[in-house]
Amino acid sequence: MTSCYKMNKLKKDFPIFNNNPKLTYLDSTATSLKPKSVIDKLVEYYSQYSANIFRGVYKISEKATEEYEETRKIVADFINARKDAEIVFTRNTTESLNLIAYSLGREIVDKDDEIVTTIMEHHSNFVPWQVLCLEVGASFKVIDINDKGYLDLELDDIKYKKSNIKNTYQILKKIVTEKTKILTLTYISNVLGTINPVKEIIAAAKKINPKIITIIDAAQAVPHLKVDVQDLGCDFLVFSSHKMLGPTGVGVLWGKENLLKEMFPFMYGGEMINEVYIDRTIFKDPPHKFEAGTPAIGEVIAFKEAIKYLKTIGMDKVREHEKKLALFCLKILRREFGNRLKIFGPIDENDRGGAIAFSFGKYHPHDIASILDEEKIAVRAGHHCAMPLHNRLGVNATVRASFYIYNDENDIERLIKGLKKVEKILA
Amino acid sequence: MSIYSELILDHYQHPRNFGKIDRPTKTAKVSNPLCGDEVELCVKIAKGKVVEAKFKGKGCAISIASSSMLTQYIKNKSELELKNLDKEFMIKMLGIELGVNRIKCALLPLEALKKL
Repeated sequence: MTSCYKMNKLKKDFPIFNNNPKLTYLDSTATSLKPKSVIDKLVEYYSQYSANIFRGVYKISEKATEEYEETRKIVADFINARKDAEIVFTRNTTESLNLIAYSLGREIVDKDDEIVTTIMEHHSNFVPWQVLCLEVGASFKVIDINDKGYLDLELDDIKYKKSNIKNTYQILKKIVTEKTKILTLTYISNVLGTINPVKEIIAAAKKINPKIITIIDAAQAVPHLKVDVQDLGCDFLVFSSHKMLGPTGVGVLWGKENLLKEMFPFMYGGEMINEVYIDRTIFKDPPHKFEAGTPAIGEVIAFKEAIKYLKTIGMDKVREHEKKLALFCLKILRREFGNRLKIFGPIDENDRGGAIAFSFGKYHPHDIASILDEEKIAVRAGHHCAMPLHNRLGVNATVRASFYIYNDENDIERLIKGLKKVEKILA
Repeated sequence: MSIYSELILDHYQHPRNFGKIDRPTKTAKVSNPLCGDEVELCVKIAKGKVVEAKFKGKGCAISIASSSMLTQYIKNKSELELKNLDKEFMIKMLGIELGVNRIKCALLPLEALKKL
C-alpha cells in the first residue's frame, strides 16, 4: 500500500485541507476538490486578462481567446480526439446529454423507433431519453443489472471480465435491434462503481445496427482512468470539469465531427453565427455552433490546469491508486462490520471505480451521514440522482463514500471509526 | 453540539404514540421521496380538542423523534392551537440545530399535521 501513502502527499496541493485540516473528504463522485494550480489560474484570468473572447481585437481579449482555445486542444489530446473541433464546451455533463437529445435525438428518433439505456444511469442520462421517447412515441428500453451489480448481459463475473464482441453480441441482440436509433450508457456507475465493458458493448451494438448512435456518459470515467474515444469507438462521449479537479460550470461534449456538422444548434445567440439577415442566419462550424453566448471563460481556461495536474500523475497511476483504496476499503468494511453492512456493486476491485455505496444495519443513510459529518467526514446519503437504480436495488437511499487522488488509508480508517460511532449512538 | 441529543435518541429508540388509532377523526400521510421517509399521522378529535394522536412511519432518527414529540405535544390541544404550530415551534421543540437538508426530516410530521 506504499503508493497510497505516497499519494497522500498530494493533499498539500489542495488548499481546502489547509483551511479544514481535519476534513476527510469522501464525496469526489459528486464533485472533486481543486488543486492550487487550478485556483491560481482562475485568479490569473480574473485579475490579468478578464476580457470576453473572440470579439475583441485588443491584447487582453486575444490573450483570453488563446487561453480558452488552448484548453480545447488539451482536452482533445487528453481523450485522443481526432480534432480539436470535436470538443464542445457546455456547462456540465447534464447539458452535454440534453444537447445531444435535443439536437440529434429529436431529428433521428421517430415513432416506433427505440432508445436503449441502462438501469444504472444517473438521471441526466435517463430522463432526457425517457421524455424524448414519450414525446415522439418511441420505445424506451432499459438494460437491467444482475444481483452482483453488473449489467445483466447474462455473463457471470469471470466472463464479464473477459467479455468479447462475440458473446456480448449474442446477448445484446435481444435488446438492440435495427430500430434502435440510440444506445446511451454510463462508463462507470456513480452508485455501484461498476466499470462497464463499453468498448465491447459498442462494438456489438454497431454489429447489430451499423447506423446506431452510441453515447457514453463518462462523467465518472474521464477523471479516474485513461479514456481514448477512438479506441472506444463511440459517437459521443461526455464529462464534466468539476469532477476531475477543474472548476464548476464547464462540461465537455465530444462528438464525431461529421455528426456535429449535421446537427442543429441547441441554443441560438452570440458567438455561434457567421451572418445574420432578416430572413436567415448562417451558423458557424462546430464547435462554436454549439457555444452560444459568453461561456464560462475563466473556468474553461483553468480547466486545463486540472488536466495538466492529472497528466503529471499519470492516469494509470490514478486508477491504480483508486483500485488499491477500493480494495482496502471493501476488505476493512467486511472485516469490521460483516453482514451488518451491505455493499452494493461488484466486490472485485478490478471491475469497479472508487465509489462505494452501502447500507448499514437499520440505520438511515441520513443519520449515518450526519454522524459522520460530526466527525468531519463528508459522505453522501440519498439516491445519488439514480432513483430507478435504487428502486431496482430495493432501497430508498444508500450511503456513498468515494475516493480520488488525495485520499489515503487514513481517510478510510477514519470512516471506519465514524461508522463505529454510528453504531454506538444509534444502536 | 451533536444533533443526536439524549432527548432525540430517547424518542427515536422509544417512539411515543407509535401505531394507529381505531376510527380516527382525521389522518394524513406525507413522504419525502429523496430519502424514502414516510409519516402517517392520525388524530381523534372531540369537542374541538385532540384526545388522541398517533403516528406510523419509517425514516431517520430525526423524523421519528420529531413525530414522536409532536404527537405528545398536540394531545389536549385545540384545533386552533394546531393551526398555529410552525417551523419555529418545531425547531424549539426539538432543541437541536439542523442544516438546510436535515430540517426537512424534522418538519415532515408538521407537514402531515397541516394536511389533516
